[in-house]
Amino acid sequence: MWKKHSKLERHSLLLVLGILLVVSVGGLVEIAPLFFLESTIEKVRGMRPYTPLEQAGRDIYIREGCYVCHSQMIRPLRDEVERYGPYSLAAESMYDHPFQWGSKRTGPDLARVGGKYSDAWHVQHLIDPRSVVPESIMPPYAFLAKKDLKVDDIEARLRALNRVGVPYTETALKNARADLEAQVDPTASGVSLARYYGEKVNRRDFDGDPDRLTEMDALVAYLQMLGTLVDFRTYEADAPENLR
Amino acid sequence: MSAPETQDDQGPVATTGHEWDGIRELDNPLPRWWLWIFYASVVVAIGYWVLMPAWPGLTGYTPGVLGKSDRAELVEQLDKLKALRGEQSARLTDASLQEIESDPELQAHALAVGQSVFGDNCATCHGVGGVGGKGYANLRDDVWLWGGTLEDIHRTLQYGIRSGHPQARFSQMPAFGRDQLLTPAQVADLTEYVVALSGRPANAAAVQRAAPVYAANCVACHGPAGLGDPLQGAPNLTDREWLYGSARADIREQIHFGRNGVMPGWAERLDPETVKALAVYVHANAAGQ
Repeated sequence: MWKKHSKLERHSLLLVLGILLVVSVGGLVEIAPLFFLESTIEKVRGMRPYTPLEQAGRDIYIREGCYVCHSQMIRPLRDEVERYGPYSLAAESMYDHPFQWGSKRTGPDLARVGGKYSDAWHVQHLIDPRSVVPESIMPPYAFLAKKDLKVDDIEARLRALNRVGVPYTETALKNARADLEAQVDPTASGVSLARYYGEKVNRRDFDGDPDRLTEMDALVAYLQMLGTLVDFRTYEADAPENLR
Repeated sequence: MSAPETQDDQGPVATTGHEWDGIRELDNPLPRWWLWIFYASVVVAIGYWVLMPAWPGLTGYTPGVLGKSDRAELVEQLDKLKALRGEQSARLTDASLQEIESDPELQAHALAVGQSVFGDNCATCHGVGGVGGKGYANLRDDVWLWGGTLEDIHRTLQYGIRSGHPQARFSQMPAFGRDQLLTPAQVADLTEYVVALSGRPANAAAVQRAAPVYAANCVACHGPAGLGDPLQGAPNLTDREWLYGSARADIREQIHFGRNGVMPGWAERLDPETVKALAVYVHANAAGQ
């Protein structure tokens, strides 16, 4: 029996098939169950897909490579929970394509940055980080405040996400652009924003310039929502199915 | 398969039988030490499956004999931390703000907690030690936009300013210039009026022109003498503290845009006792009221 492997090693086709077999068994055992296990994603209240404006901000976050220095993953470690708040749940990334957990922690973790600072702080900090945090080594992103947000392709972007499983309804997709513009204009009426994304959605001018819809608006809207969706008053952290 | 031996310095050695241009492929056994480590790893892996969460099934996974759980361990560690901080922390929960401040031992504890939490959460805007900056109030002086008593500070900390919380401090200064409530000339005159209020030399004619404009638009919040109103967060215009700068250009900008600063509330982010400790810390560091 111990000599049989020489046969495998001498036929490249057999060897390739053997490797494929071993790797796919490994994959099936390690990955496939995650789609069926009840306990993979915690049952929480409050999670919703990103609003069109938040999604546009998220795309800017990815475009600018924020994940290169900032993680969005509070680990279940004492010091991180003390500093940032409740540890991140799998459920909080359920609509992320791709998720932004990151692994490089040059800057602070951003998983719960939403609501921690004012919009004006975020704008000032993105324009000139050292004006508010003197020891910061973050590069400035002042151009975001000058650049108009590209809005005409937002419906297509959401459709792409819808195709990979984010449950946007057809009406939400059709209204994507109107909803996006309504989120920065609290006086706008007759929009599906609240109906589809809930009453808690932040609706205001984010960048301090009500006359324009800039990339800064989108990015700050995204940052101000981060980590605020799950209702932790109803989440049972010490329920047996959530202890792992 | 035949495995002819070959001869080298050490004696006869097995080969695979392959030979290319006189080069033979040796068939040495694996080093013993390597092989034993390999077998040991296999044994350890099997032990790991038994002890730790390992195999996924259709509805769950094998939890392992040790019942290891990162999240349960975290709960334990946090409990330990609480115990480490001792009964002082527990007393913070029950004591009133005044009790904390009047008990030297408890106050020292609150100040220590406050200092560390301030550095993590507040210094980002209010500066190291709370010296403030443009748009962010100085917390080391005796000027308070929303009142400087212990209760006032505690409430501001809990619910924030214009944070969207129903109990948040709220007021709104209109953008007199941007929203065209006043003409640019009126805004310029008002700027002189405010400069005069703060006791600095100003253009007398402009001040005179601005007096009725001030009376019509500003008195409701800032008062006839410009002393402000802490109930509405309206700053005193006669002192030397300026949230957005004291220069004429700064004052004109504020009248034009009417910026309304936002401070988040902390009641939902921090424990009630931590917010209390912060209030005591901020109150102690300033010339509070």
